[in-house]
Amino acid sequence: MEYERKFKIGKPILEVNNISLSFGGVKAITDTSFNVLEHEVRAIIGPNGAGKSSMLNCINGIYKPQQGSVLFRGQVVPNITPNIMAQMGLSRTFQNLALFKRMSVLDNILVGRKLHTKTNFLEVALQLPKVKKEEKLNRDRSEEIISFLEIEDIKDTPVGKLPYGLQKKVELGRALATDSTIILLDEPMAGMNVEEKRDMCRFILKVNDELGTTMVLIEHDMGVVMDISDRVVVLDYGKVIGDGTPDEVRSNQKVIDAYLGVEH
Amino acid sequence: MKPVFMTYTKKDLINLAVCMFLSVLIIPSFITTEYWYTSILIPWLCLALATIGQQIVMGYTGQLALGAAGFMAAGAFAMFNLILRVPDLGFVGSLIVSGLIAAAFGILFGLPSLKVRGIYLMVATLASQFFIIWMIDKFGWFKNYDSSGIITAQDIVILGKPFTTPLAMYFVCLAVTTVLTLLAMNMARGSTGRNWMAVRDMDIAAESMGVSLLRTKVQAFAISAFYCGVAGALFAFCYLKSLEPVAFDIKLSFKILFMCILGGLGTINGAFIGAAFILLFPVLLNAIGNNVFHGAIDATIISSIEQVIFGGLMIIFMIYEPLGMAKLWENLKQKLSLKLQSSNVKNLKSSLSKKS
Repeated sequence: MEYERKFKIGKPILEVNNISLSFGGVKAITDTSFNVLEHEVRAIIGPNGAGKSSMLNCINGIYKPQQGSVLFRGQVVPNITPNIMAQMGLSRTFQNLALFKRMSVLDNILVGRKLHTKTNFLEVALQLPKVKKEEKLNRDRSEEIISFLEIEDIKDTPVGKLPYGLQKKVELGRALATDSTIILLDEPMAGMNVEEKRDMCRFILKVNDELGTTMVLIEHDMGVVMDISDRVVVLDYGKVIGDGTPDEVRSNQKVIDAYLGVEH
Repeated sequence: MKPVFMTYTKKDLINLAVCMFLSVLIIPSFITTEYWYTSILIPWLCLALATIGQQIVMGYTGQLALGAAGFMAAGAFAMFNLILRVPDLGFVGSLIVSGLIAAAFGILFGLPSLKVRGIYLMVATLASQFFIIWMIDKFGWFKNYDSSGIITAQDIVILGKPFTTPLAMYFVCLAVTTVLTLLAMNMARGSTGRNWMAVRDMDIAAESMGVSLLRTKVQAFAISAFYCGVAGALFAFCYLKSLEPVAFDIKLSFKILFMCILGGLGTINGAFIGAAFILLFPVLLNAIGNNVFHGAIDATIISSIEQVIFGGLMIIFMIYEPLGMAKLWENLKQKLSLKLQSSNVKNLKSSLSKKS
């Protein structure tokens, strides 16, 4: 990167060590290791069924790998659950959208503020002053994110009524609202047109640049991946076949074979 | 809309003022027949309160539960025993403690929701209905070893003053319902309600945002059972004026479920609309039977027709308006205000054309 980064790429913040995951007899991931450095944009790519989403689900604690471990800031995380990872500062979006469909955009993003909400239900029921104070802080932060993502005009619309591209944006917004140090994005640009993709890339880079959030993303569009990521890891049939800067990966023979096929 | 007071907008405050004005001033001064208080207004308030409980667990948190009447029985018998054995607590204190006892049962029977969902959860929560009623029947202590089966409820005494006339009891129910409704609205609009709805709409995403499924579901069950417990105590003491487990059978649970669905899932005002509809509809049918057909139709046929119409309405609502009557009411208001606006525009146009 030519420009001066506000947040210099640092030490490994997330490490995946020798993870193996299988569903019955089907091996989704075999003995996979890679790491993510602080403040970088890291991409996971690979053909269909390479185990990319399974990888994210292992990091996030939705799947429990049979072998291997996930290290957060150099320490092994025992019994990972999505909740524990959220508390450690890891947030994510989902491949097939997992928004709260009947709630408005603002409410969806406010749910992302859950970990910054300390008041209990009794205090909320009685609307104590500290509840109002906290609610105001959370709302202000959510409004900030909404204007950052340029979705002010739809903030009161139920999410289920929005087109796909906007829903993806809202999901990014919800992940941002958690103020996490790492955000996992599962195909943030799937099903988008060129313009929406460009927008999404801009937001991802802006978040990384302004807030220093570490971004881990899965993407199919090779062009996009090579443009925005610092380092790329390539999976095929559940194994790492390439790991490095976009240029290194592009010239890796195994990667070319996996994507274009090999002559036998 | 910007909230002007707590989480309430100007419109909410106007609605609240209108409701209070109607229920505190207009109703008592215009309705003088006891029948209206003892048979319609008091049960309406009690059942609406229980329906709010059902809304919290089913409409907001999305957990199909069917055992509201069981929790109501727990609340009612807890109230009876508290007044009998711990008279120092007083009426309001006993009401709160009996709600808490029902909430404890709610936690116990809400635990299956962590493992099962949908129709299976409904079957699992039915256990509360049968277990609580069985427990009260089995152990004589709960009924103070009364052999007749029906126990007369004690008189309501608050701060040394008896509340025994229908009007006084109506005010007791109204006060409790108003306070609990406001608390429920605060929760539903605040962070608590957002957690409930997040669990309802997409539990895996909620968990990834740090919402604990265990805590949120159990909390919803506990609060729901608290509301049902208080409603049950009021139902027994103000409406039935007696305590018998049979009054809290599965039919009542279904009635509350219907109120919840017809009123509109995930709305607080829907609880009141649904309860009013289900209570008033049989009255209306009876009136039609008596006045139009002059008793030519048998009462049993009328009550069968009632069931048929309820069933039909449930299906129609499920298909065309899953959000229930509260949504219909909302749509109606919107249409009216649009009409008003367009007529205003027309008036403006005509006045402008006259001028020119």
